[in-house]
Amino acid sequence: MADEGTRTPAEDQAAAKPVSPALRLRYLVPVFLFVALAAALGVQLLTGEPGKVPSALIDKPVPAFSLPAVQGFEEAGGFETAHLGQGEIALVNVFASWCGPCRVEHPLLMALAEAGTVPIYGINYKDTPADAERWLGRLGNPYARMGADVDGRAGIEWGVYGVPETFVVDGAGRIRHRHVGVLTPQDLDETILPLIEDLRG
Amino acid sequence: MIAEIGHYALVLALAMTLVQAVAPPLGARLGDGALMALARPAAAAQFLFISAALACLMHAFVVSDFSVVTVADNSHSAKPLLYKFTGTWGNHEGSMLLWVWILAVYGALVAAFGRNLPPRFRAWVLAVQAFVGLGFLVFILATSNPFLRLDPAPFDGRDLNPLLQDPGLAFHPPLLYLGYVGLSTAFSFAVAALIEGRVNAAWARWVRPWTLLSWCALTAGIALGSWWAYYELGWGGYWFWDPVENASFMPWLMATALLHSSIVAEKRDSLKSWTVLLAILGFSLSLLGTFLVRSGVLTSVHSFASDPARGVYILVFLVVVIGGSLTLYAWRAPGMRAGGSFRPLSREGSLLANNLLLAVGCATVFIGTLYPLVLDALAGQKVSVGPPFFESTFVPLMIPLLLMMAAGPLMAWKRAGPGAVLPRLAVPLVCAAAVAAAVAARSGGPWGAVLGMALAGWVAAGVLTELAERIRLFRVPLGESARRLAGLPRAAWAMSIAHLGVAVLVVGTVGAGNWAGEREQVMRPGDSVALAGYDFQLLDIGDVPGPNYLARQGRVRVSDGGEEIALLLPERRHYPVQDTWTTEAAIHTTWLADLYVVVGEDAPGGGTAVRIHHNPLVPWIWIGALVMVAGGAVSLTDRRHRVGAPTRRRAVPATATATAGD
Amino acid sequence: MKRKHWRLVFLGAGLGALGLAAGLVLTALDDTLVFFHDPSTLKERAFPAEQRLRVGGLVEEESVVRADDGLTVRFVITDLAHTVPVTYRGILPDLFREGQGVVAEGYLKGGVFEADEVLAKHDENYMPREVADALKKSGNWKGEDAE
Repeated sequence: MADEGTRTPAEDQAAAKPVSPALRLRYLVPVFLFVALAAALGVQLLTGEPGKVPSALIDKPVPAFSLPAVQGFEEAGGFETAHLGQGEIALVNVFASWCGPCRVEHPLLMALAEAGTVPIYGINYKDTPADAERWLGRLGNPYARMGADVDGRAGIEWGVYGVPETFVVDGAGRIRHRHVGVLTPQDLDETILPLIEDLRG
Repeated sequence: MIAEIGHYALVLALAMTLVQAVAPPLGARLGDGALMALARPAAAAQFLFISAALACLMHAFVVSDFSVVTVADNSHSAKPLLYKFTGTWGNHEGSMLLWVWILAVYGALVAAFGRNLPPRFRAWVLAVQAFVGLGFLVFILATSNPFLRLDPAPFDGRDLNPLLQDPGLAFHPPLLYLGYVGLSTAFSFAVAALIEGRVNAAWARWVRPWTLLSWCALTAGIALGSWWAYYELGWGGYWFWDPVENASFMPWLMATALLHSSIVAEKRDSLKSWTVLLAILGFSLSLLGTFLVRSGVLTSVHSFASDPARGVYILVFLVVVIGGSLTLYAWRAPGMRAGGSFRPLSREGSLLANNLLLAVGCATVFIGTLYPLVLDALAGQKVSVGPPFFESTFVPLMIPLLLMMAAGPLMAWKRAGPGAVLPRLAVPLVCAAAVAAAVAARSGGPWGAVLGMALAGWVAAGVLTELAERIRLFRVPLGESARRLAGLPRAAWAMSIAHLGVAVLVVGTVGAGNWAGEREQVMRPGDSVALAGYDFQLLDIGDVPGPNYLARQGRVRVSDGGEEIALLLPERRHYPVQDTWTTEAAIHTTWLADLYVVVGEDAPGGGTAVRIHHNPLVPWIWIGALVMVAGGAVSLTDRRHRVGAPTRRRAVPATATATAGD
Repeated sequence: MKRKHWRLVFLGAGLGALGLAAGLVLTALDDTLVFFHDPSTLKERAFPAEQRLRVGGLVEEESVVRADDGLTVRFVITDLAHTVPVTYRGILPDLFREGQGVVAEGYLKGGVFEADEVLAKHDENYMPREVADALKKSGNWKGEDAE
């Protein structure tokens, strides 16, 4: 390797040249990142409790997704982002035939669908098509539309990590509420239905 | 009485630190040489007082003075003397004292050996160093005083966590802290340089030995910690991507990047603002590591103290130190003069690529470590990020780094023609292909292992090619080559050794990650298990008393083709004071593989659970790390890197100077 | 090429490296994250059998049973509101004890948690944070000094 020999270093930096503000901003990036980190650490340290916000998606538009129809319910079509936010408030329920708790809340959804208070859409999460068909055939289908999320991709978009989960989506297509776990009549009467009333305003 | 002396010494140290933090900057501002000169005696005094405090605490541990809370909580009279001694830092209070003591050691070293530094600059360096020390001393005195008394004193102590009663612990924290805290010097140099507006090649040369020293200690500390986890935890693994491990690994990545970028800053007067940023980030990550470990913000298998009040203090301190230094950087760095330019294909270009990959790799480790925390704070979801995350993010980033490691040193400074570089890569390429073919033929894969081994071969061959180039092997007579070899600067040797160490380390990790085997089953005396061609026979199992524990010890005969090669004695120890069990793995190494045996509990139907691991090439991991440390140590002895070098060098004849470059 | 052009090359390389890392991180986060739950959540919701989970709580007193093969262990994790049965095959960590905090990682199959990894804290005085939170949530947290 060619040796460069000793160079004469400039002992002091030259008088600061005027630097464009855009260039200066670059040097602020580490500070900003650190401030964000310190804030996160501080929140974590001071609250010491899990955060109060139940979902990162609250008040955000529903994620982009497009699901094919569930086997045996092809004539109703699939379920996709465009079906939501058409000026109508809706519930989106994530369910699966292998999910015991889903069976528990199912009669409630059936009753709600019969009363016609609010349309319910279903995402059939990581299910085998035949099992889903049999399950819905036996217990009834409360869903205005259903999509089969066989590989769980849409579930990831919605931030689902266990079923059942139920979302309230407003007329503009924003997620306004997320309910995790079995839906009870109490949840429906005290939280979900009043929220829908509110949204209809 | 001794404890009170220790406490008093800490208070005096605090006073000295205050002097050291305030007087020198004041002197620098007023142009008062006497005020600036105060920094050196203050640093020395601070070191002496903290040493006295540490000695007092050690004394309390060694004589089992249970009227001191820390001792009563963490020691026991029946403990072996070595563990009484090392128990001094096996707890939160003591480890903080060790932390600040090492900080004082570095401060005193800078004061003692920094004679050639310009006085104003040295004044600022020592003041910054003192400022950090001040924060920690206040922290210790206010929230973690190791000298608190307990009245009445208990008859005996609660004992040190048995897992920590191990020779590995005697040296792991001190070494790790020597590295962690040593980065404070690079930090102080960087902050002082930003304040003084003096970031240049001379600055880079001053920082380098300090960075090297802490890098060596950090490398050794991490390796020792990993070794300790390997034989003490009894899981057969050596690295768990645990938050505490990551907390020491991130500063290591930054220090490694800093070592490389400071070469460019020194030789080419380039990449200066980046080098300064790395110096700041390296120590910031050390502080953050301390924060994550001490505050219990992250759960981890290693944490041994957690207390939110301490966490709040450290967070405020972090904001002041890290936030302050980064703001200073944002303010001063844009004014830095750009240095020598270079092409992407050049030595500088390859070093920059190395830096980018190390920094980005560090960022992925950072994200993986902190993501659960952020997700919990924002979404209330509890997740864990485990080894699979790091294996699929950090590891792929290291592949181009290893590719670069062979190619970079073969490139000329400033601009290298592809025509000059590519032919030189022929030898490494052939070696890599040969290794790949050999590994594929012998083991049959998996392809990741073949690739990993080929990379190790590529790096090692690249190092040897570069050495051969330097001594013009086969182009000049062999005698001439030998003469050149002997005349190579230490720094050149250092690089070759350290890079060879990396190749060895890669061999170890690839072997351990791909070909490890494990058998777990219930064995009765006389039973045999075969694994990886070896035969493991449990001869018997019995009770063996230890100094402060009772062990269930199994005797396992390992034979290879009927011939006994080792008698392994795995133990399960019961420590009655804390009523805890520890597993002591028994390991036999053939240097090509470790045979690792662990005994578990007795089965209800008779027999004992035994787990046997065959860990190929694992010893290479620590050998590689040791070789890397050796490389760093050789570099430290390079004349040019010695702190006093610039002044002495003038006496050296000009010809010698020319060959001592690079 | 001018110096300015080289700058662009460097900038491109830097952004490329960052982009690569970001891509790796995002895909890895999708695939490798393991969510933590308490036994109450496991009762309330179902999870795909192939989804890796972590469950944490206390090892219920007198629930640890060793099978005759000597390696399979059954125990119950509780958050003092609900429980989940766990099976694990292998040698348990040293600090695994009845009544102490534990975190198990594995899959929930037919109401039984099949753990392939069991983590117990190194320090028996300190509760894993997840376990502490799970107990707080179920209203059974006894404060920092619960031992």
